Order: sequence, then C-alpha cells, then structure tokens
Amino acid sequence: MRPRPLVPVLAAALAVVALQVAVTAAGREYYLTQTIMAAYYAVVALGLCLVMGYAGQISLGHAAFFSLGGYTSAVLTTADLTPLARSGWGGPLLRLHLLQARAGLYGGETIGANPWAAFGGALLLTFAVALLVGYPALRLKGHYLAMATLGFGLIVYRLLLGTNLTGAADGITGVPPWRLGFGLEISGDGAQRIANYYVAWGLVLFTILLLTHIVHSRAGRAFRALHGGETAANSMGINTAAYKLRAFVLSALLAAAAGSMLTHYSGGIGPSEASAMKSVRYVALVAAGGMANLWGVLVVSATLNFLSLRGCFGSYDDALFGALLIAIVSLAPEGPLQPLTAQGRRLWSRLAGHRVMTTPEGPAP
Amino acid sequence: MLRVRNLRCGYGSLHVIRGLSLHVDAGEIVALIGANGAGKTSLLKALVGLIPPVGGEIRIDGRDATGEPPWRAIANGVALVPEGRQIFADMTVMENLEVGGYRNPDRALPIADVLERFPRLRERAAQLAGTLSGGEQQMLALGRALAARPRLVLLDEPSMGLAPLMVQEVFRTIRALKEQGVTVFLVEQNAVAALQVADRAYVLETGEVILEGEAADLLRNPEVKRAYLGKGYKEVWE
Repeated sequence: MRPRPLVPVLAAALAVVALQVAVTAAGREYYLTQTIMAAYYAVVALGLCLVMGYAGQISLGHAAFFSLGGYTSAVLTTADLTPLARSGWGGPLLRLHLLQARAGLYGGETIGANPWAAFGGALLLTFAVALLVGYPALRLKGHYLAMATLGFGLIVYRLLLGTNLTGAADGITGVPPWRLGFGLEISGDGAQRIANYYVAWGLVLFTILLLTHIVHSRAGRAFRALHGGETAANSMGINTAAYKLRAFVLSALLAAAAGSMLTHYSGGIGPSEASAMKSVRYVALVAAGGMANLWGVLVVSATLNFLSLRGCFGSYDDALFGALLIAIVSLAPEGPLQPLTAQGRRLWSRLAGHRVMTTPEGPAP
Repeated sequence: MLRVRNLRCGYGSLHVIRGLSLHVDAGEIVALIGANGAGKTSLLKALVGLIPPVGGEIRIDGRDATGEPPWRAIANGVALVPEGRQIFADMTVMENLEVGGYRNPDRALPIADVLERFPRLRERAAQLAGTLSGGEQQMLALGRALAARPRLVLLDEPSMGLAPLMVQEVFRTIRALKEQGVTVFLVEQNAVAALQVADRAYVLETGEVILEGEAADLLRNPEVKRAYLGKGYKEVWE
C-alpha cells in the first residue's frame, strides 16, 4: 500500500497559509485576487488530470463544463424569479431557502435563486450533460475523442454567444455574493479577500485529497491499468468504458464547481470562459504538469495562470499556452518532469527489488 | 467447460473466424495451432468478448456467454493472458497482480499462491513491471491472470519472443496448472512444443478448423506441416 497523501496535503496547506501571511505582511494583498482565480482554474486542471493522466483520455471540452457551472449559477441567481415566487410554488421554495430576495437594480427587491440552490442546479445539469456527452464520446479513441469533445465545447461556446438568457457576447454581471455562513461569503468584496483566498485554496486541497485518494485506491489501479493497456485491463475484468465515463463525469463536476464559485467571486462570467482556447489551455497545463502527476499539474497551473492573470504574457497569452502544448507534445510527450521522475522511480524500484531479493537469502558468505 | 459452435467474427466486413466449432473439457490442456494470420489471436479475443461475434455461440459451463462484454469473462471464470503479455509496465509487479485480482475480493490468497509458484515475482514484487526480463514478464502475465483464480486460462502465444530455456519453463508451468485442476486453452505458433504439452489440439487455417484430434497423433500427422507451410509443400518436397 502506498503512503496516504495526508502529509503532502498538510504541507501544501501550510504553504498556502505562509503565502497569505507573506503577501499580507508585504502589504500586497491585491496579489491574492489573481491567486484566488488561479486556484479555481487549477481545480479544472486537476480534474482534467484524472481524465488525461490516469484514465488516458483527452478532453478538449473542459472549458465548456467550467462555463456550464458558472453560467448556471449566474443565470439562476440573477434572473428575476419574482413570478415564480408569487406562484403556488413560491411558498415552499422560499421556505426551503431555494429562492432569496436581493436588492433590485432600480431599487426595490427582486427574487432570485439561492446560490446554494443554483450551485446544486449547476452540478446536476453538468452531471447530466457530461453523461450525455461522455457516454458516446468515450467509445471513441485518440483524436476522435479529442474532436468530439472539441465539437461539444464549440457548441456550448456558440450557444452562450447566441442566447439572450446568457447575455450573449456580454455575458452576465451582477451575480450576487454567495453567503457560506459564519460571515463568510464568496464575493469580490475587498474585505472578504483573505476569506475567499482560503475558500478557493480549500477547494483545491479538497480536490487533490479526493483525487489522490481515488488514484491510490482499487479504482486508481483500474485507471492506471486502463492507461497501461485497455485490452489487458478489460481481460482482467475491469469495465474500462464505465471507468472512463466516471473519470470524465467527475472531472466535469469539478470544473463546474470551480466555474460556479469563480463566477460568484468575480461577480459575473463571459463567453470567453467557454472558448476552445481555454480548453486548450487546460490541456496544456495538464501536459506541462506531467500528465499523471497531480502535484505537478497543481504547481504548473497555479503558477502559469497566476502570471497570465497578472498580465505577464501580454497579448501573447494564448500563444504562450499553445506554444507550451506544442513544445511538450513534440519534445517531452510524457511531460517535462517525466524523464526525471521515471528515472527516479526505476532506480528506486531496482534498489527496492534488490533489497527484497537479498534479505531472504541473507548476506553472501 | 467451453463450447464454441459455428462462431463467426471479424473486423468490419472482414470475417477472420468463419464458422468455427471447438470444445474444451474441464481439466484438459487443449492447443490451437496454426500459421500466422490463421485467426488464432482473433479467436481468443472473441472468446472473452474483445471482438463481438457476428454469428454462432459461445457457451461457458453450459451458459450462453455470446456477446458479453470483455470484463464479464473473469466473472465467468475465464482469464486471458494476452498476446505480447501486455503487462502494466508503469506499475509494480505487486500492483499488476492486484489488478489481476481486481474482481476477486479475496485476492490476497491467489496472489500469495502466485508468489509461491513464481519466486522470481516475489523477489521483484516492488519493482516496476517494465524492468522485468521477457521471461519474467510472461510469468507476471500468467500470474496476473491466475490472481483472478480462473477455472479456464486462455494463453495467447506464451512462448513468443522467449529464450528456449524460458519456453521450457513456461510449458512446465502450464503442465503444473493442469495438475491443480485449471483448464488451459493454449494458442501457439510453436506447434511441436504446444502438442507436447497438450492433451488434444485443433489446427486452424484461415479461420477454420482443418484438423483436430489427440495431440500425440497430430504430432505425427503430415497434414499439420502442410497447414503451416502452405499448399505447395508436397510438390516442393517430393
């Protein structure tokens, strides 16, 4: 049995706290804003890491799932649901706090969905869509799967651009804060920045804990076997199609959750979040992080997204991620860290093998 | 144990197996021999559901298993040791065995058995499977299948690419399996070695069984050579 990932997660938690303390002490708390956004994007990349690195599938549609989450939250919380509240359903919905009142744009009150309810709705919708897209698509292989998911992403992008309900090219703004309780809320309010920082990174650490647990369990062995050879995995009794679908749906849900939370944080969402270039970016981040390497993907995606959000790459932003992907695919298809880690593992396994081999026979005379 | 009647299957419109019938009884070692491209590997793939059948039926213990998905085969007690071994190179030897016992909640026991049977695997339990030698990889592929505690093992070209000494080792293991009551269906190009270990055998040519019988008889049958060397064989040698 491999070591449980608690130690590295605790170390990462300490690093998260240390970063906040350092940034605050330096009086540069505004850096936290991009760090928060980078954290949510990292969750998408981590989910995609399960699909690409462990289940060995490719998805060029993850930006669509991210926006599905974000837009569902945005639409449900900003729409004027007053008619619904006044109808027969209104009483129970209000009593269950599925609807909530908020200050209207022109004074007065309008009624929209409770962010919790919207979040639940976003996850449900994403679950259904991911199943619908994943079931047929995961029967495809290699570039056919990439094309199918790319097509799905383009459809979602075009739909968001062309629908008035989603604000067409303008997207949706004025998304209300999401009150989590204990005075915490997910919102762009400057006073809540540090709290939001911890919420976002809490989600990242939760994600990595969940994924490392999966990867090291029986299911994880199944994933790695599936990656190692589908025929062999199948004949070992692993239902490879079901596992691929599970990984795909779980990663879609993670993307949607991140999208929903980031939308509350930024107070809005635009169609560019669903663009194909965003999907390519997630794929590039997973590839750069070393594919089947959750920590690598986390570090690479947090760093690159932070720099990108700070505007370090200027107008070469998209070009940089494209170039990164090309460079990795052509120079180090298993990720830039792979040659190093593989050598390390091989060396270690040789040593371990030898150690086990010499013990039963005892030392040579 | 295994009964195949009039099986037809292939890839798209190309039918590789054309109306094949055979049976394997419990406790037997049955060999299927034939030249390259005769359809040996395709037949094994069809038996575990990796290629969907177009016609005919596959019965395991009298139960119809035609068209079942590949991951069901293990539940039916049938384990395939695939061609070219296909071990999981980036996982350790132990993890490979654990994957083998994936459907078996009591996998610790058969895994212990496997380690008992193949001491080399025990020595290398913590090593990455990709670092094993060819022969050790074949042992691992076999051990991985045995970890599921199957009643019928399908072996696809176990001697392929192995040194002669390792080939002997593999066939010794097959004989030992029989003694433990495991039924073996063996597909081989190495006809002589396969016929020496088997009880009965089938000779496959372009998707059809052209000969069948006791392995010892087939060993002496000139038709077997002809199946390998093609129709011109007689004229060339006479």
